[in-house]
This record gives sequence, C-alpha cells and structure tokens, in this order.
Amino acid sequence: MSLRITCPHCGERSLEEYVHGEVFDVPGTIADADSRDIDRAYMHNNTMGEVTEAWFHLYGCRRWVYLRRDTATDEFI
Amino acid sequence: MNEQPEGEISLSWPDLGKTYDVVIIGGGGHGLSTAYHLATRHNITNVAVLEQGYIGGGNSGRNTTIIRANYGIPESVRFYQRSIDLYERLEDETGRQLMHEIKGLLWLAHTEAGVRRERARAAVNQAFGSETEFVTPEDVARICPEVDLDAGNGRFPVMGGSYHVRAATARHDRVVWALAEGAQQRGVEIHQRTEVTGLQTNGDRVVGVETNRGPISAGTVLCAVGGHVTTIASMAGVRLPIRTHPLQAFVTNRYANSFKPIVASTDLLFYASQTARGQMLIGAEIDPQPSYSNRSGHEFLSSCSHRAITLLPFLRDLRILRQWTGVCDMSPDYSPVMGFTGVDGFLVTTGWGTWGFKGIPAGGEQMAELIATGETPDLIEPFSLNRFADDRTKADRGSAGTH
Repeated sequence: MSLRITCPHCGERSLEEYVHGEVFDVPGTIADADSRDIDRAYMHNNTMGEVTEAWFHLYGCRRWVYLRRDTATDEFI
Repeated sequence: MNEQPEGEISLSWPDLGKTYDVVIIGGGGHGLSTAYHLATRHNITNVAVLEQGYIGGGNSGRNTTIIRANYGIPESVRFYQRSIDLYERLEDETGRQLMHEIKGLLWLAHTEAGVRRERARAAVNQAFGSETEFVTPEDVARICPEVDLDAGNGRFPVMGGSYHVRAATARHDRVVWALAEGAQQRGVEIHQRTEVTGLQTNGDRVVGVETNRGPISAGTVLCAVGGHVTTIASMAGVRLPIRTHPLQAFVTNRYANSFKPIVASTDLLFYASQTARGQMLIGAEIDPQPSYSNRSGHEFLSSCSHRAITLLPFLRDLRILRQWTGVCDMSPDYSPVMGFTGVDGFLVTTGWGTWGFKGIPAGGEQMAELIATGETPDLIEPFSLNRFADDRTKADRGSAGTH
C-alpha cells in the first residue's frame, strides 16, 4: 500500500497528490558561508529514523504542510 | 537455460584478523569487484570485505540486471562502455557461466522532443565509443514486433528510438559469486554477517573499523555500501549528496515466445526485458519519498503494469509472479560518487542509485587502481565527490531513464 498523508486542511489523501520537499539542516560544525551554501545545495542528512519534512499538497489545498515521518518504516508520527 | 551453478561456489568463513591493508565495507557488487580487481590486477590480497548480511543480499541481488552504456554525457558513455567491455570478458576471466547475453536495447521516443533526445543519445554514444543508432518506427517493428507502434490508441505513438547494440543482461547473483570466488581464491577474506558499528580514527585519519566481531586496523577503508551509505559516511564525518529512495520492480510468469531486446520508454516510465526463465522483468522509477523501507506497494504494480501494457499489449495476458524493492543511494546528478572523501584513509564508491549493476566491473577496476596507486584514474575523475563543491556536477538525463 502506498503512503497516505494526512493534510491538516484536506484530510487523508494518497501520496500521489503531494510533492515531497526537504527541510534543510546544515550542520552547525560547517562554519564558512561557501561551505554552508554547498551543503545546503547538495548534501543531505538522509536520516534513517524520524525526520521533519515539507509536503506540498499540489492536487489539494496547494499549501506546504510540515509532518514528521519515520523513514525506516514510512510511518507518519 | 540451466540456472543451477555448475560446481559449488563455496565461501569460507574465516576468523576475523586484526589488521588488513584494505578493508571494504559492503559485500555487494562494487565492494567485491574492487576486492577482485585489487587481487587480480594489483596483487593486493591482504584485504577484508565486510558484509553485514550475506553477499549480494542487498541491491546486487535486487536490480534488474541491465548492462548498457547509452548515456547522455561523454564521461558516462566512456565509463559504462568500459564496463560493457569488461562484462563481455568476465565469463572467460572468472571461468564462471554468468548467463551474460547481448540483447540490444531499444529506447523509444513518443514525441518530437523524445526523437531529438534519442538522436542526441545516438550521436553522443557514437562519438565516445558506444554503439547506438537512431532507428525509425519500421526498424522498431523489425527489432521488436511486440511493440505497439500506435500505443495507447495513438497517445504514445512510436516515432523512433535509439538502438543500443551491445546492451546485455547477466545473472546478478552469479556475478557477485564469481567475483567473490575469484577474490577469495587469491587470498581476500570475505566476512559475512559482520557489521561495522564504528570507525577508528587517529587525528583526522580513518585507521580502522569497529565491528560486531571486534576491531580491525586498516591502511585504507573503502565504503561500498548501497542505500545505507550515509550511516557509515557520517561515522567519518563525511557529508554525502545522497538520498535513499526505494525502487520497485516485478516479474511476470513465463512468456512463451522469445522476447529478445530490452525495451525502454522514458515517457511511459518503464522498461522490460525477458529473463532466462522466460519471465518478463519490468522496472520503473524510484519512489518519490526518501525512505529506507523496502515495502512493496500495489499502487506501483497497478500504475506500472498499466504503462507497460500500453506499449507491449501482450503483457496483458501474463500474471504478476512477484515484486520486490531495494533502497537506492541516489545522487542529485544521477552519476556515481567515487574516490577520495577529504578524510584520509576513507574512500567511497556510492551514488550507484538505480544504475549500479552495469558499473560493477569498471567501478571495481577503477577503485582498485585508485587504492593501489593513490591517484584517481582519468576514467572516474569526473565522478569525484568534490565535483559538487567545484560546481561541475555530471547531470545525466541518460540515466534518469531509470535502469
């Protein structure tokens, strides 16, 4: 079964209605501005476990919704 | 074709040593190929390959086994053509029957833009040493009569395509076993069920690994992990441009006729080939959300079969036998990431996403040369990790066709 995502405005809808967006999280250990830009442009935490993500409800309310998901199980929290 | 191995391939279960010249994390195609080439080309045999499960149990045993070089940029065409060449010799070299079969690959165009894309693909391939020709709908009908030239009642008309002459498939488990066997025969140790739990560092340098079976010192550590690469790289403090996405595929029951080529369509987002058992093997694009879950879904089966039947109507009469999922280390430019990481003693071969199987021989050969010489070979220099910081990414729409 594919993912079902609960939009706070529209209710539970299928994954296909949404566009996935990443919430960027450049580590504080990266100090200089250029390195931070590069990290933000290309690098990913790629966390296995709980993450906060942005989903754009393209075929619904057309708003960004921020949700927590466990990437190991694909379950929303 | 007989699928039973002709002669047992037996891997030993050696005790874990205290120190090795090279420790390779990940006993998949790329890790084992690197070990094999270190032993056969450079006589470096004090090597341990560490695999947390069993060899070939990850993406090396889950891919759709396609070998091709019809990429869209010169650097990729050269690299994957090298891999095609090595694959064609691998049966003779290892003495193992890998069920390698040259099939040809038809990549179809259904729009004017698609026709331009396939013409460009053929031109770039020819210019950089790979055999691909532009073909007309009549040629397509001759090469693969099963294709519906008026697909979807004219919604996806076949307007042409590119035909990649030396595209092939091989039995993926056998490739893994042959490389493991060849490496082991020359002294490489393969440690299955050995999980890396940490890296040992001395100053800024990685000098060994911690495992569930004890610590090991290493001259060089190569991370050849697939979807879980970030777990290992973060132990070294290395940031990677990788996101892990699931990729699904399925096979049908046996199609009674011979279906020779591999057929792909970017617009319909699927590709199909026939396995040695006669099953039709069909794959598509990654799932849109990053995830480590290898759960398979009905939505994928339903939408992918619908698209496949649109182009290949005979599939309608077959039944789906099984489906599976692997988790892929996707790079942002659809090219691999190979070589130095900025941390001494710690190398990666990653970003193999959905295109790793075809790169196994050349990827291993080149990484072995890099480890042996300490210099990045020209063939893989374009795929270095520092290309992102240097703003010279290798965006390749030729691999975005998914397989």
